[in-house]
Amino acid sequence: MSSVPTNVPSVAPDVGPDVTPDAARDRGAGRGRRRELQAAPKSARTKAEARLGWWLAGPAFVIMVAVIFYPVLQALWDSLFSYRLTAPDEREFIGLQNYATILTDGVFWSALGVTALITVITVFVELILGFILAMVMHKAIKSTRGLVRTVILVPYGIITVVSAFAWYYMFSIDSGYVNNWLSWVPGFDDQLNWFAQGGTALFVIMFSEIWKTTPFISLLLLAGLAQVPEDLSEAAAVDGANWWQRLWRVILPNMKAAIMVAVLFRALDAFRVFDSIFIMTNGAYGTEVLSLLAYRTSIGRLEIGLGSAISVVLFLLVGLIALIAVKGFNVDLAGGRGGRK
Amino acid sequence: MLASAALLLAGCGPADDTPVLTWYTNPDDGGQAELAQQCTEQAGGAYRIETSVLPNDAASQREQLTRRLAAGDTSMDIMSLDPPFIPELAEPGFLALPPQDVVEATTQDTLEGALAGATWKDTLVAVPFWANTQLLWYRKSVAEEAGLDMDKPVTWDQLIEVARDQGKDLGVQGARAESMTVWLNALVESAGGQILENPEAPADQVQTGLDTDAGRKAAEIVSTIGQEGLGGPGLATQQENEAMLLFQGDNGSFMVNWPFVWPATNAAVEDGVLPEDLPEDIGWTLYPRVSEDTEPAPPLGGINLGVGAASEHQDLAWDAIQCIVSPEHQTQYFVTNGNPPASASAFDDPSVREQFPMAPAIRDSLDLAVPRPQTPYYNEVSTAIQQRFTPPVDVDPATTPAQTGRFIQEVLRGESLL
Repeated sequence: MSSVPTNVPSVAPDVGPDVTPDAARDRGAGRGRRRELQAAPKSARTKAEARLGWWLAGPAFVIMVAVIFYPVLQALWDSLFSYRLTAPDEREFIGLQNYATILTDGVFWSALGVTALITVITVFVELILGFILAMVMHKAIKSTRGLVRTVILVPYGIITVVSAFAWYYMFSIDSGYVNNWLSWVPGFDDQLNWFAQGGTALFVIMFSEIWKTTPFISLLLLAGLAQVPEDLSEAAAVDGANWWQRLWRVILPNMKAAIMVAVLFRALDAFRVFDSIFIMTNGAYGTEVLSLLAYRTSIGRLEIGLGSAISVVLFLLVGLIALIAVKGFNVDLAGGRGGRK
Repeated sequence: MLASAALLLAGCGPADDTPVLTWYTNPDDGGQAELAQQCTEQAGGAYRIETSVLPNDAASQREQLTRRLAAGDTSMDIMSLDPPFIPELAEPGFLALPPQDVVEATTQDTLEGALAGATWKDTLVAVPFWANTQLLWYRKSVAEEAGLDMDKPVTWDQLIEVARDQGKDLGVQGARAESMTVWLNALVESAGGQILENPEAPADQVQTGLDTDAGRKAAEIVSTIGQEGLGGPGLATQQENEAMLLFQGDNGSFMVNWPFVWPATNAAVEDGVLPEDLPEDIGWTLYPRVSEDTEPAPPLGGINLGVGAASEHQDLAWDAIQCIVSPEHQTQYFVTNGNPPASASAFDDPSVREQFPMAPAIRDSLDLAVPRPQTPYYNEVSTAIQQRFTPPVDVDPATTPAQTGRFIQEVLRGESLL
């Protein structure tokens, strides 16, 4: 804010080789304009606008602080105590003892491992499927576009608990039909109890998560795709770039911000996965994840101190993921628009 | 004018200062709401009972009740409580103690098991309302073919042998859920042991009794059924309902389960889902024994009624409870909702025998029934058992009991996560 840029570039320094000169100029000019605006001394009007902005956003901001930061700080405070809800008189300050208990316990690390596994696999698969679906939605001819989008979005409109029950009953050994359907597959045991061991149970859980949230990711990617101007692709095609090159060199780099938002949102959601597992296995047989562990400790065991400590660790991990995603993609979200005008 | 008439019609009129008692009920077939209405009428304006339904499963009911009680909710006038969680609520003083005259009036002919489940540290802390127990249900055809005399006591070893010989499935509960603790407790107690040696002790002094002959024998039964696949392919996720479905199927043989299976099976037959002659093939008797010369220790369930310590209408609440648990009401509740009475005389009504031919067996079973460990840390103890004794195929009689015992103690001392 305070430093005045002296080197307003006339051409953007990081324009890829496949981008047409036209677009590059456009982009550089856009940046220049933005910086000039920032650099200009504040007029009375800008100040008034800023003040008005604070007046408008202030109440919401105060409420946000109250409902978000107060519980977070309370949890942080509680996590330093040995505190059981049914024995309030025995509440005792124990410093970081709860964290030591958690971090030295295999239960925590296995829950963390399962959580990470679910996050990585589901986000990866969803990103690929989501991109394909986004392309389909993008390319669908006008008359069918509404229908295609609706069909693709249906799973996302279903409440997670409902979808979890649906998947549970599909695969359950007594009322499910999946075993019956798959009985022709050679080597498949139609007496397979999907939820009796971690591998198969996690498969069903991840399958249901992917089915349910791919539409969300594809919607975000579609928004990114819509922002890539057709003329860029066309120009690249004229220059002789094949389909694959256009995808990798033109389309994907230009929707970096959309991809980041999609990955970040989904990774954070996936890391906090709860409903599906709660319904399908309740954490049995190696399917326990961190949020379920936090729930069972705070709400089930009523160990407010220990449970808060798990929640704080979960919170820190989620923050870490957000940080890595933002740094890794190197995108300025506040600038929006993925580096383009 | 019209508006005020509408208000009056909707019951929003002024001058109704009848005290309202809130009764937190577990979900049923509407029997508790019906009793609330009847007792409200009987009270003649002294109070009005309104029911508020709790979540479906016992663990979620406990979560809600405990948090409300801990927060000092003054609306906790009457609560339907699952017996295993009573110590946890009684120990910190969340429950108001029933006055002596209420105790005398409501427990004159209460069955032993039900009384034990409502007691904490030798004091009655809640009033038994209905009592549940598991029976051994069997397919007469299977028992006949095996030459088992079901009028005589039956042991687990016999059941295992029949299932093994005939290639049939045993209806037991091997899922990682409360039903596993129910089963294990019945096995350990029937073998002459106890899951906790001193259930009333503070968390860091609790001693477990699993690493004993009784504990190992119990583990052996669970492990044999698991490893030989005698509990059906779905054993590791099988709770009471799934066990019933298994029992009703072609491979059904024996099953330990609550009496709800009888009305449920009959309803399924009426709907045409199950063959018409199935109910004739179903018999019942007392829960199986671990060894021939020891009594069985059938599981105990049911509901006791407690009053919150922060309730503003405690006297009225105890009056209402006396009305709710009268033997006539318990009979009515059994006949309409299928939940067996806690009072012995409530079994004598002819309508009971008509609807539930197994009522005498239930009554006998309730006299033998043994509660699960009565400790304020029941949730921890039960969850630890569930984690170590499921799936049954992984239970090792030589090591699992000892490991579980150590695990419970570590968790209670706050050294391990659960």
